[in-house]
Amino acid sequence: MSQDFRLDKIGLINRDKKISFKFNGKSYFGYEGDTLASALIANGVHLVGRSFKYHRPRGFFGAGVDEPYAIVQLYRNNETDPNVRATEQELFEGLEATSVNCWPSVNFDIGAINNFLNKFFPAGFYYKTFMWPKSFWYKVYEPFIRKAAGFGVASIKHDQERYEHKYEYCDLLITGSGPSGLASAYAAAINGARVILAEDKPRFGGSLLTSEVNIGNQSGKEWAEKIITELKGMPNVIVKNRAQVFGYYDHNMLVMSERINDHLPKSKKYSPKQRLWYIRAKEVVISSGSIERPLVFGNNDTPGVVLSSAAKEYLKVYGVLVGRNPLIFTNNDSAYETAIEFKKNGIWPIVLDTRSNPESEIIDEAKRMGIDIKFSYVVIAAKGYKKVKSAEIAKISEDKKDLGKIENLNCDCICVSGFWTPTIHLASQSGNKTKFNKEIDAFVPNQPKQEETTVGSANGVFNLEETLKKSFEVGHKLSKKITNKDNKVSVPQVVEKKTTQHDKFWCVPLPKGKKYKRFLDFQNDVAVTDIELALREGYRSIEHVKRYTTLGMATDQGKTSNLNGLQLVSNVENKIVPEVGHTTFRPPYTPVTIGAIVGREVGKHSKPTRKSPMHLWHEKNNAVFVDAGVWLRPRYYKRSNETLFEASKREATNVRKNVGVCDVTTLGKIDIKGPDAAELLNRVYTNAWLKLPVGKARYGAMLREDGIVMDDGTTTRILENHYHMTTTTAQAANVLSHLEYYLQVVWPELNVNVVSTTEQWAGAAIAGPKSRDVLQKLFPDINVSNEDLPFMGYIESNLFGVHARIFRISFSGELAYEVNVESDNGNFMWEKIMEIGKEFEIQPYGTEALSTLRIEMGHVAGSELDGRTIPYDNSLEGMVSKKKDFIGKRSLNREAFIAKDRQKVVGVVPLDKKTSIPEGSHLVKDANAKLPNPKLGHISASCWSVEYNNPFSLAILHDGKNMIGEKLFALSPLKNKSIAVEIVSSHYVDPKGERVRS
Amino acid sequence: MLHIKCPYCGMRSQNEFAYGGDASVKRPELNKETTDSEWDSFVYLRKSLRGKHLELWHHISGCRQWFKVQRDTATHEIFKTLKPSEDI
Repeated sequence: MSQDFRLDKIGLINRDKKISFKFNGKSYFGYEGDTLASALIANGVHLVGRSFKYHRPRGFFGAGVDEPYAIVQLYRNNETDPNVRATEQELFEGLEATSVNCWPSVNFDIGAINNFLNKFFPAGFYYKTFMWPKSFWYKVYEPFIRKAAGFGVASIKHDQERYEHKYEYCDLLITGSGPSGLASAYAAAINGARVILAEDKPRFGGSLLTSEVNIGNQSGKEWAEKIITELKGMPNVIVKNRAQVFGYYDHNMLVMSERINDHLPKSKKYSPKQRLWYIRAKEVVISSGSIERPLVFGNNDTPGVVLSSAAKEYLKVYGVLVGRNPLIFTNNDSAYETAIEFKKNGIWPIVLDTRSNPESEIIDEAKRMGIDIKFSYVVIAAKGYKKVKSAEIAKISEDKKDLGKIENLNCDCICVSGFWTPTIHLASQSGNKTKFNKEIDAFVPNQPKQEETTVGSANGVFNLEETLKKSFEVGHKLSKKITNKDNKVSVPQVVEKKTTQHDKFWCVPLPKGKKYKRFLDFQNDVAVTDIELALREGYRSIEHVKRYTTLGMATDQGKTSNLNGLQLVSNVENKIVPEVGHTTFRPPYTPVTIGAIVGREVGKHSKPTRKSPMHLWHEKNNAVFVDAGVWLRPRYYKRSNETLFEASKREATNVRKNVGVCDVTTLGKIDIKGPDAAELLNRVYTNAWLKLPVGKARYGAMLREDGIVMDDGTTTRILENHYHMTTTTAQAANVLSHLEYYLQVVWPELNVNVVSTTEQWAGAAIAGPKSRDVLQKLFPDINVSNEDLPFMGYIESNLFGVHARIFRISFSGELAYEVNVESDNGNFMWEKIMEIGKEFEIQPYGTEALSTLRIEMGHVAGSELDGRTIPYDNSLEGMVSKKKDFIGKRSLNREAFIAKDRQKVVGVVPLDKKTSIPEGSHLVKDANAKLPNPKLGHISASCWSVEYNNPFSLAILHDGKNMIGEKLFALSPLKNKSIAVEIVSSHYVDPKGERVRS
Repeated sequence: MLHIKCPYCGMRSQNEFAYGGDASVKRPELNKETTDSEWDSFVYLRKSLRGKHLELWHHISGCRQWFKVQRDTATHEIFKTLKPSEDI
């Protein structure tokens, strides 16, 4: 296929390397260095998509980050990316892309009917129309809107690419490598500062790549190349292209997204696709340049209407013509550069200038070259549906109110220039209260809030000589502050053409009887009439107008539309723009991929998996695992075809009958040392601790200051001033922070040290009537009789040469011991227990059997200590000391806490002794009462009691103390169950606790 | 992301720290009678100040020390960081 719109002798692309690609299934080719946009335009393709609301044909409008239309679905290396800007996507071999927001195809789009129905789609249409009937919203309206609107489609495959994060510190971060960025980076680097220079495009140089200027006897482009080469060679400088600084956050932290492999068919080995940089900069130089503003006229969204600066960039960088018969429509001098460039390449443009008689060097040059210029002329409307075919133009009166006779002018593109808008996003994100500069009709940064300085056209300075002078100064001054050095560089001589004032006129009035749509926001289809309607309906604040009309929203964030929208609001409201103000700029400046934000924290890296030292043994023995916080714990050990229910019942029964062993490594462990350790425990726990003898353990519950139970566990006095505290698996980290808080902030006079030892000890609970027999064989050196090692006793011994701590504590309610050894010996301990336990019919048991055992014993755990219950609720009143003070004690006097009908943990048994009660069920008096049925309590934990062979649950019940024996209903609307139940004591098995002491 | 100077470790990024609430709150002494309203204001009542605020932070992924930070809640400017025993 020939490239009808490619010129031979101009551009920075590599013509030796052809690249083939596909767009909407059709094959084309371009060259290395092309973007998808430039390659498509070279091939004469201008129709790339459909607009968001009216599905009008969409072409190209810009040449870079400012592009509102040309958003495509990209396919690369068997993956797909939605919403990629064709103007930023570099061409690679085999690239495939398709249009978005059109169905069945970009050429024939059914949604385009919206365009003809557009009087039914005004501003706020969704708010007004889809309000009723209410039930229609999620059944009819929402699915329809979601299908018809929106852009690309996200991939549902697992992303195979790698994304990375990097933290970096520097003295100066410079955002943009145009003339101002290069100058300030160079001056700062020469003065010894650590500099990062970031450029979002592949090529450095910004406007110098396309402007006809001379710096120090070289072309602007040559000067930029020289500076970049020098900077790259300096050890104190990092230079990055394809890197967009998109967010300016607190304390001078900026985030930059670097596209490392997006321009290649496939990511290089060991190289991430994208990298997110968190940069903490001492000073930031914002040199982000400016974006050309559109002029507003009828059908100004037709494919072929482009920014004049973009037309120039396509020509000078890519050697591509946006049209062979261009019409240039401007209110200022910069469009003349585009006109001259066309003319130099053998194309005859026509220039319409809204000004009556402007005079400047560049206009003189255009005249000298014989370019046809019509002053006091405007474009009324573009004609043509899928591409500009002609334009309606007319003379306009001096006061810009009256239009002359409409003339028709043939053209195949309209290059518009409505002057320049400084890119102030980063400064505004930083907190800079911007100010309106009347001379350029735009906002510029004002007083910086953080260490930021804006230079060049981002600061509203469009003159190169002044820009360079100022930027060298800024680079030197800021670096001197940091490095205390004073190495200066001399400012080179600049030759550029002088320009004159632009015209403040930007919106062409509609001639009588014409109803052309004049668009302000091209991405969101916001037209002049939409803003006018919003104002008529009473929206005043620019923030409200934005949300009601969607002006300046979506991926584009109003890069081209913002100021024209503000101008219009101020015209209608008879205000001046600074009074209207602008909407808040929020990061990110350009869309950032979710992959880059997530970085390496995917899959197993998003949440570390903690495994006990016995994990491999569990795996080999058919354990089925369950997540317990960040830990993986065996839920049950499956034998042949057993279900969870069958296996856990077998394991729990074996504990009650023989002996079982459970991996309890995951319990939180805190080592406490110091002369005041006992005093700390006495203040932290609700019960008394001062008299606990060495070699004894004690159960304790700790409260928050508001009286709610925070955690429970046992603590053992190992030595006079040395304790071993256990916490629940889930609260381990919080309890440590809690202790540290009181020791460091509240009671610094206590001489105590705390440290987590959770990972230092492996733990096994040996439980069941035969557990003593197993223990005695494990530790033949010591006597473990009930007298020598009583309930809550502690002893140390050695397990076949390995040091072990033995605690006689029980969670299962049976005679039980917990053995701890250093983690490295965990597996050895476990295998020994299994080996020796064999003759006593030992079986390992998982968390499901563990739950069963504790539930039927009425031992409270996380589902009862749920952050809403106090000790009394959990039948722990016996553990609340009356004599001493402790954390949270004063709160226990609260009226609600001492109410006679206070909630309490109770046991629940179904009347039929068969139906299991779903956890979370509500307890109610009358199963058929009118909704909302008054709730008396809820089921906190359920099990199948192996002791009585029927279901048993724990519940937290209003006035639970007085409800024993009552008949209630357990309702679970989710499981559609209503179960008649009886309330019983929570201590269902062994209520006197004789077994643990046996 | 804030840049916080831990009095023990120096400047670190916010993601190493956990916020710990108002540092001006004093816990009533143990074993001392407190009225309901005194206890209520200690446990529950906090001012949501705009401007300078003295707060606690915990260097949870660092030295695990608690310390005080004087910060402007509107601008996030940090004026001073102190050990718990020190006063402004």
